[in-house]
Amino acid sequence: MEELPKPDEMYESIDHTPPEEEWEKIESPIKRGRYAYPAKDKNLAIMEFPTPGEWSPADEEWPLPDNWQQIIHEGFKERLEKYRSLKIFMDTCVRCGACADKCHYFIGTGDPKNMPVVRAELLRSIYRNDFTTAGKILGKIAGGRKLTKEVIKEWFAYFYQCSECRRCSVFCPYGIDTAEVTMMGRELLNLLGLNINWIMEPVANCFRTGNHLGIQPHAFKEMVEFFCDDIEEITGLKLNPSFNRKGAEILFITPSGDYFADPGTYTFMGYLMLFEALGLDYTLSTYASEGGNFGLFTSSDAMKKLNSKMYAEAKRLGVKWILGGECGHMWRVINQYMDTMNGPADFLEVPKSPITGTVFDNAKSTKMVHITEFTADLIRHNKLKLDPSRNDKFKVTYHDSCNPARAMGLLEEPRYVIKNVCNYFYEMPENTIREKTFCCGSGSGLNTEEVMDLRLRGGLPRANAVKHVHDKYGVNMLACICAIDRAAFPPLMEYWVPEVGTTGIHELVANALIMDGEKERTTDLRFESLKEEEDEADEG
Amino acid sequence: MNVSYLYSLLAVIVLGLIAYAGAVVGLEALFGIVIPYLAVLVFFVGFVNKVLDWAKAPVPFRITTTCGQQKTLDWIKPSPIDNPTTTVGVIIRMLLEILLFRSLFRNTRVEFKGEKISYKWVLWLWLFAIMFHYSFFVVVIRHLRFFVEPVPFFISALETVDGMLQIGLPGLFISGATLLGGATLLLLRRILLPKINYISRAADYFPLFLIIGIALTGILMRYFIKVDVVKVKELTMGLASFHPGIPEDGVSALFYVHLFFVSLLVAYIPFSKLMHMGGIFLSPTRNLANNNRMKRHINPWNPKVKIHTYEEYEEDFREKMKEADIPVEKE
Repeated sequence: MEELPKPDEMYESIDHTPPEEEWEKIESPIKRGRYAYPAKDKNLAIMEFPTPGEWSPADEEWPLPDNWQQIIHEGFKERLEKYRSLKIFMDTCVRCGACADKCHYFIGTGDPKNMPVVRAELLRSIYRNDFTTAGKILGKIAGGRKLTKEVIKEWFAYFYQCSECRRCSVFCPYGIDTAEVTMMGRELLNLLGLNINWIMEPVANCFRTGNHLGIQPHAFKEMVEFFCDDIEEITGLKLNPSFNRKGAEILFITPSGDYFADPGTYTFMGYLMLFEALGLDYTLSTYASEGGNFGLFTSSDAMKKLNSKMYAEAKRLGVKWILGGECGHMWRVINQYMDTMNGPADFLEVPKSPITGTVFDNAKSTKMVHITEFTADLIRHNKLKLDPSRNDKFKVTYHDSCNPARAMGLLEEPRYVIKNVCNYFYEMPENTIREKTFCCGSGSGLNTEEVMDLRLRGGLPRANAVKHVHDKYGVNMLACICAIDRAAFPPLMEYWVPEVGTTGIHELVANALIMDGEKERTTDLRFESLKEEEDEADEG
Repeated sequence: MNVSYLYSLLAVIVLGLIAYAGAVVGLEALFGIVIPYLAVLVFFVGFVNKVLDWAKAPVPFRITTTCGQQKTLDWIKPSPIDNPTTTVGVIIRMLLEILLFRSLFRNTRVEFKGEKISYKWVLWLWLFAIMFHYSFFVVVIRHLRFFVEPVPFFISALETVDGMLQIGLPGLFISGATLLGGATLLLLRRILLPKINYISRAADYFPLFLIIGIALTGILMRYFIKVDVVKVKELTMGLASFHPGIPEDGVSALFYVHLFFVSLLVAYIPFSKLMHMGGIFLSPTRNLANNNRMKRHINPWNPKVKIHTYEEYEEDFREKMKEADIPVEKE
C-alpha cells in the first residue's frame, strides 16, 4: 500500500470545485487507493458467478466475454422488469442537486462522480440510450450514452465507491435511493464476473462454512470458550454457552466480526455476560454463525442464499424466536428482505421476552428481535443490576449505523441503553446523527486495506463530527451497533482523532452489569483498569 | 464553466421564431389547432404509457427509507409520519412530500470551516421549488377560464386572490410574476452554482427556458401587447369543444408562440424528467410503510435459489464437530 498523506494534508487537499471537463468526458476512472482487488475465481465459482480468471482493475484490457454488451443489455432489461424502484429511479431524477453534497465519499474526495446524482447518471445514461424513446432518437441531447468498455470500468470504480448507506435518499425529493442503483449496477457487473474479493470471499465462505470469515464449527466454539475464560478472569464466573442445541428457546445470531477481532470480541463477551446474568435459554449456531450478509452487496440471489440459514437453523433447532446481535447491514437484510425472501417463519412464535414478558409485536412476522430492543426492554423493567460508574472513564458518543437508522429507524433503543449504562454521553451535531448519520466510510464491503485512501476520506465526515465532541466534551469513546463500524473505526479514529476508541454497546452494558456471584471487578472487559486515573497514577 | 444552457436557450428562441413566422405567413391552423391537438394526444398516450410501464414492474421488496424512530416498544415514541407503519402514516408522509416538498426542506450545505465541517440548513432550493410549482399550478388553474363557459366561481375567486395587489391595469397576477421569478431563480442556480452547473444538462435547461418563454409571452400578451382575449377564447373554446377554428381578423402572432411553447412542453413531459410529477407517487422508499417485521411483504418473482443446507454442512464438518462436542444429526 502506498504511503498515506498526513491527516492535515489530506484534509487540505480536498477540493469540491468541479473540474473543467464534463464528467462524461473524464476517462480512466481506475485510481490507486480507490479500487479493491478483484474477486478470485474460486470464490465466484462457489456462488455460480462467471469466472473471468486472473485480472486487475489497473489492466488496460479487462477480461470481458465477447458478448458482454448483450449480457449487460439483457441483464438491465430483466432488472427493469423486476424492480419498479429501478424504473422510477431512472426516470424521475431532475438533477436538482439536493443529494450532491450529502455523500460522504463526495465530501471526502471532491470527485464529482461521487455525487449521488452523477453516480446514478452513470447507469441512467445507458438506460436512456438503450431503453427510452427520447434517448434512442436524441441520444446525447437526451442524456444518453453508448455502452463502452470505459463505461464498465467507470461502473466498477464508482459502484464500489458507494457504501449503499442511503443518506442521499433521505434528502432526495423523490426518495431516489442510490443504494438501489448501486445494487443494480453491481448485479450487472456480476453478470460479467466483475466483483471484488473482499466481498466475494466472505460470501463464498459464508455459503460453505456459515460465516464470512470461514471459521469452522470447532474453531468457532474454541473462540467462544476463550471469551468465557476471559470472562471468568474478570468476573470469577464460569460461563457455559451451548452450540447447536435443540430445544433452546432463543437462537442468537451475531456477525462473525464480533468473535473474530477486537473490539468486536468485547461486544461478544458482553452478549454472553448479559445472557448469563439473565439465565437466558439460548443457543448459538455454528451453521448460522453469521449475522452479516455480504450477499446484500452482491446480488439479491446471493443475499437470499446466505440469509436462508437463519430460518433454516431456527427451524431445525426448534427454537421459539431469534435474537440478533449488533450489526448494521445485517439488520437491513432482516428488516427489509428476510421475511420476503425466506419467510414466512410460521414455525416460530411471536417473540416474547422470557424475563419481562414483553411481546415484541413489531417483530410478529419475522420473529427476530434486535438486541438493543431486547436490552432496552430489560432496563426499562429494572431487570438488570447496573453500575454505570464502571464506565466513568468513558466519555461516550454514539454513531448511528446507516442501515439501522435509515432502513429500520432504530434510533432511541441504543441511546436508552447507553444512557443507562454510562454516566457520560454526548451527542454529535444534529445533522450528522440519526437519519442524517454518516457512514463509517467502509460499508457495503469496502472495509479492505487497499482502499484505505477512500475509507479515510469517506469516513472523514463521521470522524470530523467525533472530533467536534472530542474537542468540546472530551469524548474518548465512540459507541456503535455495527460490526463493520467496529472494524472500520479503529483505523479511522487513529488517523483523524487518535484519542478516541471504539466500542459496541453491549461491551458497555457488560462493564456496568452486576452479575450474581461475581467477584469485585478491577478491570473492564479489555483488562484495563476501571478508572483512568489509576492507570496514570501507576505510570506516574 | 458548462455553457450548455446556451444551446437550450437557442433552441427555445428558434422554436419561438418558427411559431411567430408560421403565424405571420398564415399557418395559424397548424400552430393553433393541429399542433395543440397533437401535443395533448402525445401527452396522454405518453403519460399513460409511462405510468403503466412503471406499474407493470413489481415492487419485490419493501425498501422504505426511514427518517425517524421506528415503532417498537410501547414506551418509545415512534415517528408515525417520517417512519410510518400504517397506511394513514404513509398517506400523510406522501402528502407532505408532494404538497410541501418535505425532503427538500431538510436540505443542508456542506462547508469546510477551518478544521470543522459544517452542514448548514439551507432553504433556498426548497423556497424556489415551492414558488415555482405553486405559481405554475395557479397559472394552469387560471387558464382553465379559456376552456369553459361560463367560468366557474373558483377560477374567478382564485383570480381575485391572485390579483389582490391591484397593481396596473389589467391587474397584475402574482402567480405570473412568481412563476417567471421562480423559473429564473432555478435557472440562475443552474448557471451560477458550480456544483449544480456541473450536473446540469440540456434536458435541465430546455424545459426551464421553455417555461420562461411561456411566462414571458403570457405576460407580454396580458400587460403590454394586450391581445384580443375574446378572440383567444373563441379559439381555445373551439379546441375544447372539438369544433376548432381560427378567429377572423386574427390574434397576435405572439399568442401562437405562447401556444406553441405550451404544446411543446405538454408533449415533452412523458419523455423527460418532467415525469417526476408522476414518479413521486410511486417511489418505493417513500410510499411504503416500514412494517416489514410485522407484516410479510410478498415478492411475486421470489426465486428458488440453491442453498447450502445444514445436512451438506454437517457432511463437511461432522468429524470436527463431534470432536468438539457439538451435537450432530448423523453420528
